[in-house]
Amino acid sequence: MEEEKYVYKFIDSIKFGVLSPKLIKKMASAKVVTPELYDKEGYPVDGGLMDTRLGVIDPGLKCRTCGSKLKECPGHFGYIELARPVIHVKFIPVIMTILQSSCRDCGRILIPKNKIEKYKQLFDQVENEYGASERRKKIKEVISGLKSVNKCPHCGAKQQKITIEKPTTILENEKRLSPIEIRSRLERVPDSDCEVFGLNTKVVRPEWMVLTVMPIPPVTTRPSITLESGERSEDDLTHKLGDIVRINQRLFENINAGAPEIIIEDLWDLLQYHITTYIDNSIAQLPPARHRSGQPLKTLTERLKSKEGRIRHNLAGKRTNFSARTVISPDPMIKLNEVGVPKVIAMNLTVPERITSWNEKYLRAFVERGPENYPGANYVVRPDGKRKKITDETKEQILEELQPGYIVERHLMDGDIAVFNRQPSLHRMSMMCHRVKVLPDKTFRLNPAVCHPYNADFDGDEMNLHIPQTEEARAEAEILMEVQTQLISPRYGLSVIGCVQDAISGNYLLTKEGTEMSYKEAVELLVGVGVEDISRLPKKEKVTGKEVFSALLPKDFNFTGKSREKSGPDAEVVIKNGKLKSGVMDKANLGEGQGLMLRNLHKKYGPAETIDILGKMFRLGIKYLLKHGFTVAISDTDLPPKAREKIEETMDAAYAEVNNLILQFNQGRLEAFPGRSVQETLELKILEVLNKARNRAGEIVEENANWSHTIVMTRSGSRGNIINLAQMAACVGQQAMRGKRIEKGYFERTLSCFEPRDLSAPSRGFIRNGFKDGLKPAEFFFMGMTGRDSLMDTALRTPKSGYLYRRLANAMQDLRVEYDYTVRDARGQIVQFRYGEDGIDVSKSENGRINVRKVLESIS
Amino acid sequence: MEELFKEYEDKIPAILLEELKSSIDKKTTKTQLKKMLEALYEEYLESMVEPGESVGIISAESIGEPSTQMTLNTFHFAGVAEMNVTMGLPRIIEILDARKNIKTPMMEVYLKEPYNKGKDIRKVAELIKETKMSDIIQEVSINILEATITVKLDRQKMKDLEVRDSSVKRAVEKQLKSGQVKIEGDEVLIKVKSKDDSLNDLYKLKEKMKSIYLKGVKGITQVLPVKRKDEFVIITAGSNLKDTFKLEFVDTERTTSNDIMEVYENLGIEAARAAIINEVYRVIESQGLNVDIRHIMLIADTMTASGSVKGITRYGVVSDKSSVLARASFETPIKHLINASLVGETDPLNSVIENVMLNQPIPVGTGLPGLITKVKK
Repeated sequence: MEEEKYVYKFIDSIKFGVLSPKLIKKMASAKVVTPELYDKEGYPVDGGLMDTRLGVIDPGLKCRTCGSKLKECPGHFGYIELARPVIHVKFIPVIMTILQSSCRDCGRILIPKNKIEKYKQLFDQVENEYGASERRKKIKEVISGLKSVNKCPHCGAKQQKITIEKPTTILENEKRLSPIEIRSRLERVPDSDCEVFGLNTKVVRPEWMVLTVMPIPPVTTRPSITLESGERSEDDLTHKLGDIVRINQRLFENINAGAPEIIIEDLWDLLQYHITTYIDNSIAQLPPARHRSGQPLKTLTERLKSKEGRIRHNLAGKRTNFSARTVISPDPMIKLNEVGVPKVIAMNLTVPERITSWNEKYLRAFVERGPENYPGANYVVRPDGKRKKITDETKEQILEELQPGYIVERHLMDGDIAVFNRQPSLHRMSMMCHRVKVLPDKTFRLNPAVCHPYNADFDGDEMNLHIPQTEEARAEAEILMEVQTQLISPRYGLSVIGCVQDAISGNYLLTKEGTEMSYKEAVELLVGVGVEDISRLPKKEKVTGKEVFSALLPKDFNFTGKSREKSGPDAEVVIKNGKLKSGVMDKANLGEGQGLMLRNLHKKYGPAETIDILGKMFRLGIKYLLKHGFTVAISDTDLPPKAREKIEETMDAAYAEVNNLILQFNQGRLEAFPGRSVQETLELKILEVLNKARNRAGEIVEENANWSHTIVMTRSGSRGNIINLAQMAACVGQQAMRGKRIEKGYFERTLSCFEPRDLSAPSRGFIRNGFKDGLKPAEFFFMGMTGRDSLMDTALRTPKSGYLYRRLANAMQDLRVEYDYTVRDARGQIVQFRYGEDGIDVSKSENGRINVRKVLESIS
Repeated sequence: MEELFKEYEDKIPAILLEELKSSIDKKTTKTQLKKMLEALYEEYLESMVEPGESVGIISAESIGEPSTQMTLNTFHFAGVAEMNVTMGLPRIIEILDARKNIKTPMMEVYLKEPYNKGKDIRKVAELIKETKMSDIIQEVSINILEATITVKLDRQKMKDLEVRDSSVKRAVEKQLKSGQVKIEGDEVLIKVKSKDDSLNDLYKLKEKMKSIYLKGVKGITQVLPVKRKDEFVIITAGSNLKDTFKLEFVDTERTTSNDIMEVYENLGIEAARAAIINEVYRVIESQGLNVDIRHIMLIADTMTASGSVKGITRYGVVSDKSSVLARASFETPIKHLINASLVGETDPLNSVIENVMLNQPIPVGTGLPGLITKVKK
């Protein structure tokens, strides 16, 4: 067997510094002297920007530095010798401070000898206490005080005023300083003084900030693209470098030819411009260098910067192979920790399996079936790392050479491990590990119970699937990420997965007091749900719904809690020895992030058992609902005439009260709340009255609505609430914008159909009608206003909260619990002596607490 | 019994011991108690975080995920008798940024006995409120010819606010600094010294006169006495802890502000930490979201661990990171790279993001432990 490749070297640290001219020359493998790229035959020119010593990007060519071919050669730096020195834009601020606060003659810093040491100590002390950024601030503070010193304390030379004309021109007394002069001044600053400026002379000398030679990046960092027409399109950087080399050559020629000073100066400025835009093409004072098409070039700074830049896009963000994406759809009959994968996808995604003497036969069968027949295999990897595609032609030969040590990339099969994900991944529960279940059709199938952690619905959502390729990755996915391990949210310590929608309605109807069915029906139901042991069901002619539900619970499960019902026999949930004695199962007990029933199940029976029970509960709810029948109708919102009358009365009374308030206000009799103006007080009071009226209408609706499926939904908590029902049946209520009644629109009125200064309820967005009766035009318009307002709100909120989240994640990502239970950051600085003051992991707690009572019960 | 509890004092958090203490009765024997304590200790150990757990990212997720569900509507009315406070996402952002000037500063002023019993509570509240000249003015008129400003005072209001003529005169003289001030009956006469002052200056002076500070605590624009349990608390709009603490009837131990930076400057870093926790928790609760307090604590601790309040921004917490690449990957990458090159910084690669960049295992969770073994040669 061939030796495996191991990672045996790690990068331990990365050092930053400024390249010295010497180093630039040393690390270069070629000197670039000509702006030409290719000769007539299309070969790279020697000494050009695409020189083969700088690496290769064409297939077939060999790198002249390292001898390797395309994809193997990492690329090599080159350099150009600049005819005249040029300032590096990014160092302009540093150069300025050094020039301003060092002597123009002797180069010493403008601080008296005896004080230099003192400042150095001060900086060190600041750094120790407050960190590097504070030191930088302190240095700035000290340095800025030196600008006004006009006599050198070392040699007594008079200092001139140095100013900057952005971006790269430095003036002394309104007279321009040439980069040569600047460089020679920077050279004079001794090492010891550089430290005061905050420069580390081991890695940077000030004069290096004025370039005399420039490194040429390897061709591999600026590959050219060959268009369909066979034409070559060069990278932006190559274009820019071409400009630099061309102007540089011109400058050389002119200097050698003894051209007049003006021409040289002009070329010199042009060179400065090109080098500046090569480094950063978005400097405010400079017109950006452009393509012929007019679009600005993307040069070095633009390459690194921002979300689409190298750092955030390519380095911090990775891409993977072995992934799939498609639309999702629900399937309550698969397990919670399964994911239905379309067969087409299963035949494209593969799992590598190594042949051993024990599984040779088994894997050989996959290869025999080939890529076309499921379950087959797509590739075979030889021990030397060569991948071979299985086709009809190659199959024979591959089968012949197949032996232990080979790796077969077989199709995805039931039970394989996959990581399932939906964006935005705000959670760790947004990426969970599921078991593959290969199914027909072309969508991913998932159990609707796991929608909540993914925040998924089925209105066209798409999700991603990843197949871990190594044993380590699979083990981590299985142990750390599988659905059951993520049951308890680390945010609040309760189950994030629970029954939803129909499952809650179904269980509610099933476990409601008075639900009965024949023994036969019950067995049918339970078997359909996947319960094999029906001995838990009492052998009676008629069994109650509660007894059916109890058959799912473990025999020794005890629990007391509350349901959503406020009173009556079903309000108190009591489970004793695995029997639901009283109480109805609704959202308070089955829902995600709700009561403790699921949490207790998890605590006592562990994740695997819980997820199984939860799945069965879910299916039981749906199955029962299917049997029971469940529809909603407009007639659900019908009210008896008496109730309608009552609602009319309350509305009229509220209107009268509002009018009364307005009258009081107009007569100046209204007394203001402390700290409020009279107007505000009026608004508050009106709002209060109207809200009360709407709530009252809701109550009336609740009292009088026929027992319908709409009511079942609101009662069980599976969908909607009583206010929604009231809005349909009776009254939509006040439309509020920014917590106030609507006041925008025309001058002193909201719409032209109202009187000016009309403060009454209907003119300020109160909708008296219900949806069923229909809205008046003005009401409809107000509703449209608030609807748009809330759309705006959502649209504005998403990026804001996204940015907040990014900042939080960035600030806190390296906090971890150490072996001594302290929380520390990457520097080792202690943030908390004990996590959360008591060291309790929220996802192991019960809603953030340890239940002492239960611990005591468990031992006695 | 007591010794047994003492024994477990270091092992089990006090709150759990307290709960246990209250649930045992006299019949409990020592051996039973021992068993209970042992069981509780075991349960506690089982619930502990595991070393290497990346609690930071979990906390960030726990705040970041629900923040997408928060409302953006800045104001909300928590009943009629409350102040208008910034709530929801904008408030969270404000707190975590450690802003110096927050949108709606607010104080809860607790009072010493007997002031907190409700007698004359309005009067006490008015003492805290800042009174300006404009609060007691009925009318202002300007005499252009003689360059005088005549202010008609509102006697009733002056009486309510307990402002006396002499103090008005003193304040105007001191703070206006120009001209003579005379009080005749209900009118204050301000005579400008030099007559060649332009009309513009006169108007400016008038505006300046209106904002003259007379009494109370500077910056407090509204006061509202509220009953909390069995005592009265004064809620203020505007915050100024420093001056409020100088008032003798204020209970300095319980009075707080919602301005984190002010709390930090006046009460210190621990108080600032507590204020951050309280404020963030309050917002999250008001939105009906469920987030464990430990996450908020961790955020407050990262903001305050350095000894001063630092915002979760590129100038605050993030700028203190040891890793150049971690800072560069957040915001302003070029700046960080240039500065790092000037001082020859070394990135020790001991946090998460730079190891992700380099395709190396990250030093948290399962990436933390190393395996040491001898390699056979």
